[in-house]
Amino acid sequence: MKVLLDILRRENAEAAPWHQCIPFETADTNATVASALTAINADPSLRDTEGRPVTPIRWECSCLQKKCGACAMRINGVPRLACDAQLADLGETVRLAPLGKFPVVADLMVDRSGMMQQLRDMRLWLETDEPAADPDALAASYEASRCLQCGCCLEVCPNFYVDGDFYGMAAAVPVSRIVAEADEAQMADLRRAYRSHVYEGCGKSLACRDICPAGIDIEGLLVRSNAAAVWKRRRKGRK
Amino acid sequence: MHPVYIIGAGLAGLSAALTLAEQGRPSVLVSLQPSERAQSVLAEGGINAALDTMGEGDTVEDHYNDTLRGGVWLADPNAVAALTAGAPDVVRRLAAMGVPFNREDGHIVQRNFGGQKHKRTAYARSSTGKILMNAVIDVVRRHEAAGLVTRLPHHECLRLLTEEGRCIGVRIRDTYTGAMTDGFGRVILCTGGLCGLFPGHTTGTTQNTGDVTAMAFSLGAALAGLEMLQYHPTTVGIAGKRCLVTEAARGEGGRLCIRRDGALWYFMEEKYPELKNLMPRDVVAREMYFVRRDLGGSVLLDMTSLPEATWENKLSDLREELMHYLSLDPKKDLIPVEEGIHYFMGGIDTDIGHRTSLPGLYAAGECACQYHGANRLGGNSLLGALFGGQTAAQSVMGDVHDDDDVPAPRPFTGEEPLAAPVSAAFAEAVCEILLGGMGIVRSEAGLTAALDALSALTPGNARERCRLRLAEAMLTAARARRESRGAHYREDWPQTDESFRKTAVAEMQGDAVTITFRPLPERRETS
Repeated sequence: MKVLLDILRRENAEAAPWHQCIPFETADTNATVASALTAINADPSLRDTEGRPVTPIRWECSCLQKKCGACAMRINGVPRLACDAQLADLGETVRLAPLGKFPVVADLMVDRSGMMQQLRDMRLWLETDEPAADPDALAASYEASRCLQCGCCLEVCPNFYVDGDFYGMAAAVPVSRIVAEADEAQMADLRRAYRSHVYEGCGKSLACRDICPAGIDIEGLLVRSNAAAVWKRRRKGRK
Repeated sequence: MHPVYIIGAGLAGLSAALTLAEQGRPSVLVSLQPSERAQSVLAEGGINAALDTMGEGDTVEDHYNDTLRGGVWLADPNAVAALTAGAPDVVRRLAAMGVPFNREDGHIVQRNFGGQKHKRTAYARSSTGKILMNAVIDVVRRHEAAGLVTRLPHHECLRLLTEEGRCIGVRIRDTYTGAMTDGFGRVILCTGGLCGLFPGHTTGTTQNTGDVTAMAFSLGAALAGLEMLQYHPTTVGIAGKRCLVTEAARGEGGRLCIRRDGALWYFMEEKYPELKNLMPRDVVAREMYFVRRDLGGSVLLDMTSLPEATWENKLSDLREELMHYLSLDPKKDLIPVEEGIHYFMGGIDTDIGHRTSLPGLYAAGECACQYHGANRLGGNSLLGALFGGQTAAQSVMGDVHDDDDVPAPRPFTGEEPLAAPVSAAFAEAVCEILLGGMGIVRSEAGLTAALDALSALTPGNARERCRLRLAEAMLTAARARRESRGAHYREDWPQTDESFRKTAVAEMQGDAVTITFRPLPERRETS
């Protein structure tokens, strides 16, 4: 299999971006963008289409099996995980660019620490040590816990921008675990945070639902959290 | 109060940070990636504790015995006694954090797992690590907001700072900016297994390079049990790695078989009528190796008779994964599986309090050699990470006497020889040699050949030199253990030899790697 990787490169945050086109060939029919980047970085003799050397491409990866969210980037314009993007499905030219809504560190690497800061801002933790454990709460908690914090949902969201009040689904999904399991004492604060950082900013485009690499039932969690945090409808018998 | 430096933000690191924070002690959590990307999220099957929710009469003593027997009597009995006694509280605490364990009628469900005679493994479908990490991250976040835990993501530990044989701090580097800082105080290493020695050949992550362990070894920390690599019986090859098929597949009724004379032979069931497909991982992996060698073809995992409800409630993620990566539906297709390197029982040598041989330095989680002996039971790694991190933190709290004269962190602007990475070519060369020597079946000749090949490699920088020493220690330990025990099978020494019921301890003496065998302690009456 032969492809041309067209990579948007940048030495650091201040440097101007430029395109480097790298021919890549592999016998592995299961090869992914992640395995291609690994192979390219392992080969110091590689040249691009203009005969220039290919310095190590900076990108992030960890699990290589779509369970950690590290390798999110724009692939042919679409935010997705590099380990989940098989070259065979991507055409002859594969365009790679960093996620666009986060500060670029270098090449395909972006600084997503703002996402983690949002979770701290929302005081996203359980105050009680007797969390709800009914099947409905557990199911919501499980689904919400699957979030990878990859940022793909924020990338496609028409309402999210960095430093805005709307925190997007990367915060709304984790908060739905807390909403599902919290006691009433914590709900007052949670409702305020949920209203201002989720409910009031979400335009319900649901672009996030289709892009989520973990396939999280975002709509289901939103409906549930809206009911609990905005309309104050929670299951009976909750303390 | 000066902070404790914790290197690694996976489950062991989080557990250590949490334990310190609860006692009012600040910590700095240094990690290459945020916790969401740690290898702990890949754990699937569950976590062991003798809660006896299934009414089988399970006890802490049974958990203790299974763990020691599974590790073929090579784990420290006092450490295992503490681990298994602490396990029920660890799991209850997780439930109190809101971990959505699978439940029935309100109680936590426990499943069968390898090498255990009772249903002891609590789980969240087949993504236990991910789901559990999420809850622990949330709890630690509360202490971050309170200023007790400071996170330094995208930071790498380059070296331990030592003084007169003591660890006095760490040199770290911001991987975004390249800026280096020297931080002073106690250090807990929670850097995970040695996957980086086998790039592309393990079920682990690319972040677990083993570089910190290699560096610590070169700077004087003793390592132990390096010959004990766990090959997980059921993995599948995907781009760039081995992908785990959880042991829960067999815990829930999956069966291993191979084609023989045109029919399927369920060899584990015939050979091991009691535990069948759920023998400890070392036994299953070895049997798979032998039947494949003798019969050819692939070993297959047969999950076709599992009930529909199991796929829905217990193994939904596994089915999705197999359909995604292999285009096979385990409801109707047999899945070809192969042994793959999954866990490192050995690592940094620690005492029962997770203290290393360097005063001031502690280690917990997979990077430490503790609890698992010659073979780890499934469900004991998440437990070992949580309990180990907690224990290390408690030791730090108990050991500190020198709070007054610890300097503040300061920038380091000099040359750091350990800053240069191991090149892909060098990593590949070491990996090839290790795979040759450290397979499921080993021999004196194979290990000697591997050591000879290793000595012909020339490291290009300091980090490569550290890796070379670590690889040499691993091969030397395997060659020195002239017996077969647990994950270490020697075709030239196929019997277990009681005189080798000792821990192989690796140390650097000058420039030379030495291996000594240390007897195991007796179990204390009070533990």
